Parts: sequence; structure tokens; C-alpha cells
Amino acid sequence: MPVEVSRATIFVEGKPFEASATTNLLDACLSLGFDIPYFCWHPALGSAGACRLCAVKKFANEKDARGRIVMSCMEPVVDGLRISIDDPQAREFRASVLEWLMASHPHDCPVCDEGGECHLQDMTVMTGHVYRQYRFKKRTHRSQDLGPFVNHEMNRCIQCYRCTRFYRDYAGGGDLAEFASRDRLFYGRHEDGVLESPFSGNLVEVCPTGVFTDKTFKRHFTRKWDLATAPSVCVHCSLGCNTIPGERYGTLRRIRNRYNSRVNGYFLCDRGRFGYEFVNDAKRIRKARLAGHGSTDGDDETREFLLRRAAEAVAGPHQAIGIGSPRASLEANFALRELVGAGRFYAGVADNEWRLTELALKILRGGPARPASLADVRLSDAVLVLGEDVTNTAPLLDLALRQAARRGPVEAVVKAGTPDWHALAVTDLVQDARGPVFVAATHRTALAAVAEEFLLTPDETARLGFAVARRIAGEASPGDLPPELESAAARIARALQAADRPLVVAGVCGGDPAVLRAAAAAARALSNGKRKAGLFLVFPESNSVGLALLGAGSLKDGIDRVMSGEAGTAIILENDLYRRLPAGAADRFFDKCRSAILLDHVHHATAERAGLVVPAATFAESEGTLVNAEGRAQRFFKVCPPPRGVRESWRWLCDFARAAGRREAAGLRNLDDLILAIAAEFPELAGIREAAPPAGFRIHGSKVPRESQRSSGRTSIHAEADVREGAPPLDLDSPLAFSMEGAPGIPPSPLIPRFWRPGWNSVQSVNKYQAGIGGPLRDGDPGRRLIEPPASTSPGFSVDGPRAETVGAGEGLLFVPVYQIFGSEELSVRAPAVASLIPKPVLLLHPDDAVMLGIGSGDRVELEVQGETLSLPAKITAEMCRGAAGVPVAPSGALGLDLPARGKIRTVRKP
Amino acid sequence: MITEDDRREIEAAAARVPVRRAAAVEALQVIQKRNGWVSDEDLRAAAGLVGMTVTELDGLASFYSMIFRKPVGRHVILFCDSICCWIQGYEKIVDGLCSRLGIRPGETDREGRFTLLPSPCLGACDHAPAMMVDGDLHGDLTPEGIEAILERYK
Amino acid sequence: MERPLTQNIRPGEEPLDLKGYEAAGGYRAARKALLSMAPQDVTALVKASGLRGRGGAGFPTGQKWEFLPMGPDAPRPKYLCCNADEMEPGTFKDRLLMEGDPHQLVEALILTAYAVQAEVCYVFVRWAYAKSARLLEKAVAEAVEAGLAGRNILGTGFNLDIRVHSSAGRYMCGEETGLLNALEGRRASPRAKPPFPPVSGLFGKPTLVDNVETLCSVPHIVNNGADWFRRLSLTGEGGTKIYGMSGRVKRPGAWELPLGTRVREILEVHAGGMKEGYAFRALLPGGASTDFQVELDVDLDFTHEPLVGSRLGTGTSIVLDDRTCPVGFVLNIERFMARESCGWCTPCWSGLAWIVKTLEAIEQGQGRPEDLEILDRHVRDLAPGHTFCALAPGAVEPLGSALRLFREDFERHIKEGRCPWK
Ligand SMILES: Cc1cc2nc3c(=O)[nH]c(=O)nc-3n(C[C@H](O)[C@H](O)[C@H](O)COP(=O)(O)O)c2cc1C
Ligand code: SF4
Ligand code: FES
Repeated sequence: MPVEVSRATIFVEGKPFEASATTNLLDACLSLGFDIPYFCWHPALGSAGACRLCAVKKFANEKDARGRIVMSCMEPVVDGLRISIDDPQAREFRASVLEWLMASHPHDCPVCDEGGECHLQDMTVMTGHVYRQYRFKKRTHRSQDLGPFVNHEMNRCIQCYRCTRFYRDYAGGGDLAEFASRDRLFYGRHEDGVLESPFSGNLVEVCPTGVFTDKTFKRHFTRKWDLATAPSVCVHCSLGCNTIPGERYGTLRRIRNRYNSRVNGYFLCDRGRFGYEFVNDAKRIRKARLAGHGSTDGDDETREFLLRRAAEAVAGPHQAIGIGSPRASLEANFALRELVGAGRFYAGVADNEWRLTELALKILRGGPARPASLADVRLSDAVLVLGEDVTNTAPLLDLALRQAARRGPVEAVVKAGTPDWHALAVTDLVQDARGPVFVAATHRTALAAVAEEFLLTPDETARLGFAVARRIAGEASPGDLPPELESAAARIARALQAADRPLVVAGVCGGDPAVLRAAAAAARALSNGKRKAGLFLVFPESNSVGLALLGAGSLKDGIDRVMSGEAGTAIILENDLYRRLPAGAADRFFDKCRSAILLDHVHHATAERAGLVVPAATFAESEGTLVNAEGRAQRFFKVCPPPRGVRESWRWLCDFARAAGRREAAGLRNLDDLILAIAAEFPELAGIREAAPPAGFRIHGSKVPRESQRSSGRTSIHAEADVREGAPPLDLDSPLAFSMEGAPGIPPSPLIPRFWRPGWNSVQSVNKYQAGIGGPLRDGDPGRRLIEPPASTSPGFSVDGPRAETVGAGEGLLFVPVYQIFGSEELSVRAPAVASLIPKPVLLLHPDDAVMLGIGSGDRVELEVQGETLSLPAKITAEMCRGAAGVPVAPSGALGLDLPARGKIRTVRKP
Repeated sequence: MITEDDRREIEAAAARVPVRRAAAVEALQVIQKRNGWVSDEDLRAAAGLVGMTVTELDGLASFYSMIFRKPVGRHVILFCDSICCWIQGYEKIVDGLCSRLGIRPGETDREGRFTLLPSPCLGACDHAPAMMVDGDLHGDLTPEGIEAILERYK
Repeated sequence: MERPLTQNIRPGEEPLDLKGYEAAGGYRAARKALLSMAPQDVTALVKASGLRGRGGAGFPTGQKWEFLPMGPDAPRPKYLCCNADEMEPGTFKDRLLMEGDPHQLVEALILTAYAVQAEVCYVFVRWAYAKSARLLEKAVAEAVEAGLAGRNILGTGFNLDIRVHSSAGRYMCGEETGLLNALEGRRASPRAKPPFPPVSGLFGKPTLVDNVETLCSVPHIVNNGADWFRRLSLTGEGGTKIYGMSGRVKRPGAWELPLGTRVREILEVHAGGMKEGYAFRALLPGGASTDFQVELDVDLDFTHEPLVGSRLGTGTSIVLDDRTCPVGFVLNIERFMARESCGWCTPCWSGLAWIVKTLEAIEQGQGRPEDLEILDRHVRDLAPGHTFCALAPGAVEPLGSALRLFREDFERHIKEGRCPWK
């Protein structure tokens, strides 16, 4: 942390307490466990002093008995500070503030989605406001349609400014603002329309009342206390944001943020928050299906049948290969590896991507730059992003980088004496100043708003990166850059070198190994004795790193084995090979394969081709471990048991292995067995044991309940079917129980199923779970970092990159991937709200290239890449670099192609 | 539609300030001076010129009382409804205006000639009751004198 | 009697142009200061003169100037903002100065900017004062032409760019930090203090905000010295004051008088006493956000006003007569305040709206006995420090004092179910 934490003694109601002297009084008091009501203050947004609810009495000294009212959020903690929270005058004032806020509030809690987890309700109770004296007409507003994610009900607004402070000031969104003034303030858009920020869903949690609520939740609404919840991890990108899914009656109802100070902090992206509905998809695989035999139902028979078929396939005369998955847990992948044998376990990932993944992993392991966490990113003071469109491949990284962009200027202000938490003063002082953030990408990215952006081909990006690295290392530039990039490299190098905590970001999705090497070289050059540069490498999927750590073979080798006839059976884990291979290649593979067994939950082209489809559980119905881009192993737990006939992939695979008589699998009966086996086999993965307590963990003999304590009781939950109290399902794989009975209180952080404390029903209750406000959870943040590179510089990557490695060198036009936050990721596109926002696929071309190719805007063009033909309308834009064409990674786009790659292009017809 | 002159004037204003958004209010005033009010279309054009999003600029415009986001008549009458004019009976003047124009405060008459709006203190307390028509101050108003004043604005 | 601020002002006539102003002794102070005084000397002189802000808060002017960082390491550019928003109901003194003698203000700006070494000056003029803005712009152009403003003033190397900004309308633009936000193209809600504008102001740079009338005293202080200035006032607080009076008095208007002139003198001598048939009941001595007072025998200045429970404010009084309903009077003021609330802090945006509705109910005969307690509570709750800026505390000054002084009138409204004045 940049700020040294000094301590102060403050007196609350005359008693001394130790507090941090670098914070405000509200934060300090909440950290000490006192309850002070508040609205406008937010730990990530700082103090605004607008709502005036956090009033306390401050005394000048011991003798001062009168004191004066101050806003605790605006009061710096100083040694000897004397205050009273209980003071009658302060109480009266707080009650008045609440009464003012409630004056025009519609009191529509029974029909409000926020009811039961509403910060306004909590604060109303806390301040003791029960009787309404206001007897006049309330002000009313017309609400807006803000798109498929966020519902707007302005009449509930209490004008606390949190929404705009988050959306505009924190997340950089330009389409939400305050309108009008006085008691008629309106928070909305210029006109109805979809909120543009990919972080809009956080409004739901940031808003302390029901103005902004989750529109997807609304369609299958359930009160918070009727939701079963469990700690989970987002499966929609490689960042591994911690989430709390909520379930009722077998449907997943919503996703909420689960605080983790090292990872997502308080926020999620919209893909992660609203992508969950794939779990409820009607087309989901819920029944086992044998080609030619239709689907089978009925738990036990299905299970027996599947075990028999799988055993035959594995043990039969045709050797089996296993194709793993970057979106399946470590445990599931490992179970597959156990089933087919280590030598026949292949990564279910396109070849180039796999090479890059292994390269990225090697870089991270090699050091000396540390794999940065998102928390590190937020605190970085100079950033170089090479070739990765993070907003669309790892959305929350964009949000973290936006904080990094302000970091330097904010620190300058802090050094000059204005505290960090004083958001208003800091904003006024910082104005539009931004610290150094540089982005080199093939097309304009959202970060351009806070960064200096260079539109370059992957090859140019790599050269720029190496030039920066060489300059930092004090070596001469190879002189292979045009002058303006040469001087840019000098500028970037200077800025990074001047920083205390420089950061380099790159990724696998950009698709170019030379770019990765360049990023590694820059980060390495920046890491000297006392300064450790951060390095953040984005991976494509939620467990890409985990899969790589399990050391699979490349997909190509696996396919070759089948194509050569050496193996006849393929067991495919949670994977659609049509996203990994060009369609023709995938078709040939399935034509050749005698028996293809797929375990998955979403329906896709591979499911159409598999001979046997085994219904697997989604993340919401299973547990397991995922390793995120930082190399952090994190455990997710099921919120509900899998539907009838569906089981966790790892459970199917272990059973298959036993049925096939594989000795190694004999002892693998539950999740903990798998975890121990993985740890034993892969020393680097030993840490996953500490990602969460084992199934046997108990608090005073009790499990942690997934349901909240409520007097309606458990019996009423299924009252529509049966009023008798059925036994709750057992959970043998985790320390969590499928009921409301269990240990009260705060469980170890990886097991926190929801945030709730007496009097704090809203998300604000997270304050009570933290060691200090905004700090780690009480017993440390969940997850275990697996990759800690050696601190010393080890020989590895020279600052010179073998340029020949740049992909796609050769004839034809270079096609590069253009990722989309909504559309590129396999699971979330099955959520109707997300699907409705997938943009129409277009081919991006720079005007100069378009002229050269004779292509006009809107022309339909045909691309021939990797033996596939794609037809897309062209979009001519200066937001694309020269020398490459951008192909959307989306349905009817580049899915299945291994980009970047060269190919042909021709105009089919002018519209 | 925003004119070339408007654009030049806004550009000049933006060039004089350290950040373009600091010219936002001036940009709106430039448009309003020509057009009487700021339409959505003009707002969009102005937003681009001062480096703000439409939503940001609209939020700003809606804060200030002297930026009109709805069409107004050829002449805008701002009658002072603050304390000194109240003491001196501004309500009678407003009643007179209303019946003369056939509208209520906040409205524009049928010919589109006058828009009648209330205004905070015009700083003419020594000549209360007062009103302002297109920037001209008229003080010591009497119900009988109104007609003659309105006659001057065609 | 000396009337330095208004000596050049001839009602009904065009103000002096540059030549006329110089002939009347104008720009002597600017020449003197720029050519022979160090910036800090000007500040020291102003401090010694005892000049206090005429914008309503009465902060010692020289002391505020000293808060600006000086020297080669001070952040640049520094800004000077002249507060000519004057939206306080009942106040029209700054208009008099700007329309009557614009060059006096321009000279004041040059002197002040020199003292704090500001390079850019904004005159923030209220929208309704288009004439003032026009005259100021002309005066600035003349001064630039004559080498008294603009680049390299009087060959000293000192630069000052003076710009006139017309407000888009909101009382909050007059609050000094709201003014800064307005100039930055933001909503004019106030900023947190500290940091105060002299440390972090316009565009995050050191900024001095002063009222028109305050600044207009500066040339005269430079010309005639601190002692002279102190002696101008009757009570030693320094200077003259433009006092104003409106309401049902014979001759409403504004007059430059020694600071510390008695309220009775202003009413009876300068305003000509009450209109025929009306009797004096009370007055708000310094604009709509000061407390009512019934005493007439009090020196209208910074120290004596608080003794009768009010304050000097802007020094322009509004008189309540015996035939005007005090409830209606206060309602009108609170309506203004509620309408002008920026909407930042709850007590103000919600509390004032509630006050207005309650007063409306009382005025319309719908009041309830408990309404007075509700109003009392609001007065208590909207105290300084409870709200984010001074608008709301100012807004409840007339209300609180009215509840104290005219309680029977409120009670009669409620008891009789009607306004007894109607
Ligand atoms: C709501 C509000 C409105 C104000 N309006 C004005 C104004 O119109 N003119 C002014 O000079 N000061 C106004 N002030 C006072 C200013 O905040 C500030 O104190 C003053 O401009 C400082 O100048 P001075 O020290 O020269 O008086 C206002 C204050 C508040 C709280
Ligand atoms: S008191 Fe509060 S709401 Fe009122 S004007 Fe000041 S900051 Fe705005
Ligand atoms: S939380 Fe302190 S004023 Fe809102």
C-alpha cells in the first residue's frame, strides 16, 4: 500500500479506541464496529458529505460538553479526537435527515425489489424513524427504460449521488448524470436507452434504495431471504471475480458481488452479473442422450447406463483421449486426466491459444515481475497495455485500469495534504489530470478515454513493446520503428521508469506470442532491485490457467491421434470443439472419431455430433477450483443440488474411471479426494488445498447454512407442493448446508454465502466482514496465489524478441480478432439479456486499406481464413489500425478460427 | 441547426479555457441567443464541441434556470416574484399579464409572441415590482402600464 | 462626507469612460501599486485597512489574500474571481457599482490580481445584469488598449487577462465554490471546504473570490492609505458601505454611507421613512438570508448587528411593514431558497421544500398546531455545519427570527384558519 498506516487514539463516548489516522471518522467508527448510519459515503467512492446522515457530535476537548455536529464522513481522524455517536442532538438530527429523505419516498417496499435488502430500510430502522409527519404531496418522476439489465424507478430516489459518482466518476460512464436541481433532482440519461457502461449493473448494489434494480432478477423475483446462496466465482472470464449466486426452486435468480479486496473489490462487470441465465436456458443439456437412441431419463438407470457406456468406451479396444476444458474446474479436468491417463489428456483449446497460454504461464513463473492482482492494478501509477482489448476480454480489468489512470494525480494531491477519502476535494484538485496509461491495440478500445492509444498491428505492437523494454534496460533501439513510434517508445519508457508501481498488461486473447514476449521484456526491464513491476496477463477463460497448470497436451496432438486412427474414442469435457477448430476440421474429427462422449451443460454444435451426451452441472450446481489470471486458486460452491439426472462433471468422470476399472480413481469419491490428489500430483497446485476449508470443516459442530434464518421456516419453501418438512438434500462435498440451519455468525471468508448482519440487510453489511473498511475480509481474502515467481532476475527472456514468431506472417490480409464483452464469451451469450446486446458482426477495416482493397462501407465481403469462409458487412473506420482487418469473435464471426491469421478477402456485393 | 457562426463562437470560447467543458455554459448561451432556446439537436452538436456527452451537457443545462430546453416565444417576459416585488404586489401585475396574454406563467401565448416566466429577484428592488423583457428591465410596474410596455415587443 | 465608491456615479448618466475616469483620478492606484509596490505590500495595506468582505460573510479581506501561495513555486496560473452574481433578494448594490463606474472595478481587479499575482480574472456577472456585463467588457477593452490590462501591464511584465462571464442563472452561483463549479462547466453545487479556494479553486488552482463592492474599495485604500480607510467608518471597521433599503419606504434605494451608520438614520433620513399609512414592524438588515430585527437604534456593521440577533450580510435591508403578512413574507423568501437549492445536501433540498409546504399550508389556513414545532425543528436542524454550504442556514435565519418575533401571527393563522391580512 502506498499510504503508510499511522494510528491515532480517538474517544468515542469518552472511551479510547485505536483507529487509522489516514481515514475519516465514519470509516474508523465502522471499522471499530460502531453503527453510524450513512448513505452517500461508499468505501470505494469516498466521502461526499451530501446526505448528512452520518452526523455525530464532536467535542473540542475534555471540558467541552456542548460540542458541535459534524459529518463523520468528512472529519479526518486525528489523535485525541472526541466524539459521541449517541449524543441526543446528533440522534435527533440523524432522525431528521431520515425523515427528510423519506418525505417523498413512495413507501412502496412491498412491491419494491430492494425490499428486505434495502439500505434505506436499514437506515430508517437504525435512526428510529417510524412516524411520518410530512403530510404534503410527494414529488414524482417519470422513470426511464435503461435497457435489459437495469430497472429504473426514480420515485424511490433519495438524491444521494452515489449512482453518478460510481457510474461517471469511478467507471467513466458518460451517459448517466444528474438533471435539474433542489428536490427535483433526476438521475438518468438524456433519453431512454441502454446504459452504455459495461459496469452498469453495479448501480444495483451502489444505489441504497430501489431506484436501480436488477431487471433480469425482476422476471423471477424472490426476496433475499428466500434465496439460497453460496460463495461462487464468475465463470465468464479469466479474472475470477467472486460472486454470490442466488437460487430458488431450481432456477438461478441473480448474481451479486462477493467482496474480495484482492480481486473484484466491490464491483462486477455486466457480463459477470447478467450472464448467469445460461443456467436456466431451456435448451440446456439436462438429460443424457445417446445418438440414435434419444434421451434417457430417470436418475439411477441413466447413471448405470452411462457408466456402462463410458466404461466400454474407455476400456474398449479403441484407445480414448480426453479433451479438457478451460471453463471446467481443476477437479473436473483432473478427473478426466485420471480417466484417460496423463498421456492422453489434451487441452481443449485452439493451438495458437494453447501455445500462448503456455508461454504466458512460463513468463509469469519466470518473474521477476509479479503477477499483479486486480488490487495491484488499481494502485498502479503507470501502465502499458500491449495488444489486449481488456474491456472486452477481461472487463473488470478495464475498471481497475481506470483507477490506475487516476492514481498518480491522486497521490500527488494526497502528498500535498488532501486525504484520499475526501472524494470531492480530490476530484476538484485532480480535475482531468490522468497518469500515464498507454495502450497499443489493433483497434480503438474503451480505455482510449483515459489512455494514450496507438492503433498498431500485432507485429508493430510487439516492436513497440520491445523498443520500450530496450530503452528501459538502457539498450539501443533496434531502429525498426517509424520515428513517431520511436519517440512514443521513449515517452512510454520514461513514464514507466518514473513510476513507483509500473504495470504491464498483455494477454493471450490478442493472439500474438511476440507481443507477450515484448510485455514480459518490458516488465522484466522495469523490475530492478527495489521496484517490482506488475505484470498482468489476460487469459481467455475462467480456468485457462488451471488447465495449463495441469499440463495437458495440445489439442492438435490429440486430434492427430484420432485422425491417425490410433485412438477411437474422445471424451470431451465441457467444451464445444467448433469454437476451437475451424468447422471443417471439427467435422472431419467427428467423422473419424468412433465414439465421442461429451459432458456439458450448454447445448452446442459438439453436442450435436457427440455420440453420447452426459448432462453436467453448471457452476451453480457444482463445486470446484478455478485458477484466475493472477494465478489465484479460488473455490466455488454449488448454490443448489444439480437437477435430476445431472451431476458434476468431476463426479461423472470419477465414476466412469472406477467403472472402467482404473486403479488411480479408486480413491476419488468426493471433491476433497480430488483436491488432495491434485495437490499430490502437482506440487505447484498444492496451494489449492487452502483455497477453502474441506468438506469436514464445522463451526461448533455445524455447517454453514446456504439459506438465511427466517421465521417463515424451511417448510414453507416448497409449500406449493408439500407442506411437510422434507429432509434437506445432503452436501457431502462442502461445509455448506442446503438449509437455514447451521452456524450463525461469520464463517471463514471462502465460505461466506451472503453478507448479512443484524440491522444490516443490504450489501452494506460487507463492512462488518472486513478487517478494516475496504481492506481484506476478516480472516484474509479468499483464494490462494499459486504463482510466486522468484524475486531475483533469472535468465529467460532477452529484451530482443524473435520477430519471426509473430503469427500470420506471409501472404494475404491479416485478420485479427475483435472481442466483444457481449458475444465473445460462450456461456453468457445464452442469457437473453446479454444476447439482446450482441452487436451485429462487422468486419473492421481502416479507410486506407479499404481503398486499397476496393471495399466500401457496408459492402458485404467474404473472407477465406483457415479454410473457412465467412461473410460479413464491412465497416470502414479510422478506429482500426492500418494493415489488419478486425473480425468479431462472436456468433457468425470468428468463432472457431485461430486468429490472428492471414487470409483472402473479396467483395461479394455492394448493397 | 447550429450555425457556422455559432460554431465559431463556441470554438473561440473553448479555446480560451483550459478544459473545453468550461465553455459549456457559454456554448448553450450562444445557441440560445440565436434560437431563443436549446433544442435536442443543438444540444447534441454543442456537446461534441465542448467535449462532453449529450447526457452530461443536458444534465448541466437542466441545472441552470436561464437555459431554456423548451421552445419560447419571440419575447421572454421574466417577472420578479421575490420579496420586494411581492411586498409591492407583483401578483397583480402577473394577473394582468396573464389575462392580457391568455396564458399562465410558464406558458407561451398562441401567436408565439410572449413566454411568461417567473424569475428570482432582478436586483431592481428599489423599483419593485419589476420585470424583464428580452433583457430590458422595467420597474415600478402598474397593472395599467403593462399594455404600453408589451406594445414595444412585436 | 466622503463617498469614494460612488464619487463618479451620476444617476441617469452614462458612466465615465477611460479618459473621464483617469481625469477623475482613476488608475492612479494601479500605477502606484504596479510601479512602486511589491505585491505583498498591497496585501499588507488592505489587511491593515480592516476591509472585510461585502458579499455577505464578512471575512477579513487582506487575510484571505494572504492564503494564496506566493513566490516562484506557487502553482500557476492563479485566478481572481469577482463575484458579481448578486442574486440575494433585496440586494442591488453591486449593480450600482458596475453600471455606475465600471472602470473603478477594472482598476480594483488589476490591483487585486497584482497583489495575489493572479494571471486570469473572471468577473462572474449575473444574467440579469446584461448591462453591467456590457459596460464592463467595454471598460476592460479600453484598459487593455491603454496598456492597463492584458499583457505586460505598464511595462512591468505583469499580465492579466480579464474575462466577463455571464451566469446561466442560479443563486448558488454566488456561493464562492458554486461559482467555481459554474465557471468550470459543472453544476453549481458547492465544493467541500477545506480545501478553500485560495488553495484549490478554479481548475484546481489557487483562486481568490471577492465581491464587487469589496474589491471596489481597494483602489481607494491604495490611494489614501489604511488609516484613512479605517476613519471612513463610524465604528472603526473601515470604509464606507453601500446600504440599500426596500419595501414600503418612501424612497427605496441605495446609498454609500460610512460603515456603522445607524439603521434608523438609513430608514428615516435616506429612505425617507415609511410610506404614508404604513408603520415599521421589522427589517432584514442584510438581504433575505439574515435575521429579522425590530431595533432601529443599532449601528449597521459587523460587530453591532449580532448584538440584536442579526448580521450585516449584504447591507441591503428589506422592510416589513404593519400591513404585510409576516408569514407571507417569510413564505416568499423560503420559496426562493427552496427553488434555488442546488440539491446537494438533504437538509436543504428536502428541508426547505417541507418548510415551504408547511408555510403554504399555514398561509392558506390549513395550518396545524404542530406545524410550528415542525418549523422550529427545521430552524434548529438547518444550522451552520449541518448543511453542506451556507444557503440553507441563511435561508432559515428569517424564518427562525420570524417564529420568535411574530409567533402570534403564525398562531393566529392556524387558529383562525385563514390569513388575517387577506
Ligand atoms: C447561497 C449563497 C449565495 C451567495 N451569493 C453571493 C453573491 O451573489 N455575491 C457575493 O459577493 N457573495 C455571495 N455569497 C458569498 C460568497 O460565498 C463569498 O463569501 C463572497 O463572494 C466572498 O467575497 P467577499 O469576501 O468579498 O465578501 C453567497 C453565499 C451563499 C452561501
Ligand atoms: S445547503 Fe446543501 S443543498 Fe443547499 S445549496 Fe448548499 S449544498 Fe446545496
Ligand atoms: S455519509 Fe456522511 S454525509 Fe452522507
